[in-house]
Amino acid sequence: MIKNMNKKQKKMLIRILVSAVLVILLEIIPVQGWLRFALYMVPYLVIGYDILIKAGKGIRNRQIFDECFLMAVATVGAILIALVENTGDYTEAVAVMLFYQIGEWFQSYAVGKSRRNISELMDIRPDYANIEQDGKLVQVDPDEVEIGSVIVVQPGEKVPIDGIIVEGSSSLNTSALTGESIPRDAEKGDEITSGCINMTGVLKIETTKEFGDSTVSQILDLVENASSRKSKSEDFISKFAKIYTPAVCCSALALALVPPIVILLTKMGFDGSVLDMWLSWVYRALTFLVISCPCALVISIPLSFFAGIGGASNQGVLVKGSNYLETLSHARYVVFDKTGTLTRGVFEVNAVHHNEMDQKKLLEYAAYAESASSHPISKSIQQAYGKELDRSRVTDIKEISGHGVTAVVDGVQVAAGNDKLMKQLGIEPIHCHHVGTVIHMAVNGKYEGHIVISDAIKEHSKEAIAQLKKAGVKKTIMLTGDAKAVADVVAKELGIDEVYSELLPGDKVSKVEHILSNKGDNEKVAFVGDGINDAPVLSRADIGIAMGAMGSDAAIEAADVVLMDDDPLKISKAIKISRKCIRIVYQNIWLAIGVKLICLILGAIGFANMWMAIFADVGVMILAILNAIRALFVKNL
Amino acid sequence: MKKTYKIDVDCANCANLMEDAAKKTAGVKDCTVNFMMLKMIVEFDEGQDPKAVMPEVLKACKKVEPDCEIFL
Repeated sequence: MIKNMNKKQKKMLIRILVSAVLVILLEIIPVQGWLRFALYMVPYLVIGYDILIKAGKGIRNRQIFDECFLMAVATVGAILIALVENTGDYTEAVAVMLFYQIGEWFQSYAVGKSRRNISELMDIRPDYANIEQDGKLVQVDPDEVEIGSVIVVQPGEKVPIDGIIVEGSSSLNTSALTGESIPRDAEKGDEITSGCINMTGVLKIETTKEFGDSTVSQILDLVENASSRKSKSEDFISKFAKIYTPAVCCSALALALVPPIVILLTKMGFDGSVLDMWLSWVYRALTFLVISCPCALVISIPLSFFAGIGGASNQGVLVKGSNYLETLSHARYVVFDKTGTLTRGVFEVNAVHHNEMDQKKLLEYAAYAESASSHPISKSIQQAYGKELDRSRVTDIKEISGHGVTAVVDGVQVAAGNDKLMKQLGIEPIHCHHVGTVIHMAVNGKYEGHIVISDAIKEHSKEAIAQLKKAGVKKTIMLTGDAKAVADVVAKELGIDEVYSELLPGDKVSKVEHILSNKGDNEKVAFVGDGINDAPVLSRADIGIAMGAMGSDAAIEAADVVLMDDDPLKISKAIKISRKCIRIVYQNIWLAIGVKLICLILGAIGFANMWMAIFADVGVMILAILNAIRALFVKNL
Repeated sequence: MKKTYKIDVDCANCANLMEDAAKKTAGVKDCTVNFMMLKMIVEFDEGQDPKAVMPEVLKACKKVEPDCEIFL
């Protein structure tokens, strides 16, 4: 614990211990009169000299609501009362100063610790890059590596800069970026993102970006700056703090003056000495001053957000600011883009409905007929066929735009295309009840069946929608440019409430605007897209979530929340993280304001003494800080 | 123009006070103090030289919080 402290904190700890021991000793030693006063001043000055100096500076700079000034007034006041009343009770003043300093020390320690914890959590910053020079590996600052240089990444090292693998193959641990623990394989020719950890083989990488533009730098930049965008709660608290302290101070002044004067004027229920009565009110006023420091509030709110953002980034969810975390927690409508978000955005052969010919044979003919095309649909057929294509078996390939292709495969006439092509060839196609793109096949002039190609739904999409519902999302809506039939089937399969299909990109914006205008005041609309072509919608929605963003600058730019991998389950996770964080923020606000108000009331009617006040102040702060740190633990949400 | 400076300050409320003080300094359009990262992000008015404005900001901050530091 000691080694985690900085110089200032160590010095403070020593001062705290020394003065605590002195106070305890003085409690035991029975001395009276001025000697007692002088002896008590030793621990008081040991623990409080810097506060007194700062208070002096504060007066010079006309900063009288400065907390040092308040502490100084409260403790000096308490000492004066003890002197005037000749009770010899100086312990209280020393103790107030002591506990105040303990609170400050704890705050500084806890904040420093969580600062370190969170940065460790986001510890993806590479310290060096290896460059080969004269056959030897040299470690250089990643900032100095130019685009196009070849860097070497050994097993166990972080990839420092984005690039393309030119030699070697390996498994990559991307968990620091995506929160995903399953390693990803990479080999020669693959693009590689900085921040991954190379696990098995040596990789040579040709860099395609400078360090400053690499994924890892961008993410760090984003997360570090995230807590600079302040949320409404933070604004509220800083406004509150601005009013709170002066208000409490004014009440303290009023408490010291108004009741005694009123009592004196009315002579109501008053029979003791005027001085004693007045002093007891001054004492109550001083108690007020001790409670007036708003620090517990002011520290715990940004700390909660900082911890929440840090915890989220550890799970592969980058939140660009505290304000977005706050908005996300109010998300009641979640609007999805279909392709690439809920579905993989990759076309796959979903079904082969054959007639008399064998299914494999049919696919083979299709693959050969489409062999010259690089259209995603042709690619998916070739992929489904799975074998190397021997181009010499195909001749006479004719592409008929908007219809399909005809070709001669192994000397047999093959036609692959939509029903228009079949009709053109005078063949009657069988209608398919499956949803997707249907490729009808005719071999040797005879209808042989069709191949259905569609976009596959992501593995976790269904669960993700269910989780969102569980997390309290009112309505899930899907927007897509795809055909109605396809969209409806996908929506039904996933359990999505509303679906709007055959939309142009502009229509998506107006749909989102429509949803925005029909929602309740405190309900927020989140839009989830893959960030590639939905930037306008991402920015129009209350909160834009881009997924699968690893390596995509555009998505990181346009969205408010960025999911590093493309797992839709992360959406509900992000919402849960934000809810937890906001819950903690509110707990802290109520805890701090509540306890302070109770203490103020008790203090005003004379039930709370300064001891209680300082305990309330420091105790609430410690509780609030510990509570705030809980926001960091989001792994199992 | 925006610039980021590293700062040192002990308490969160003091950080807020610094933010206010910086905002009121002539030549500063907006300012955000990030207490958790110990950073001060200053947006300057058009045509202002940060080198000239920042010492003023530091002076203003020192006034509200004698213990603070801005690393220029």
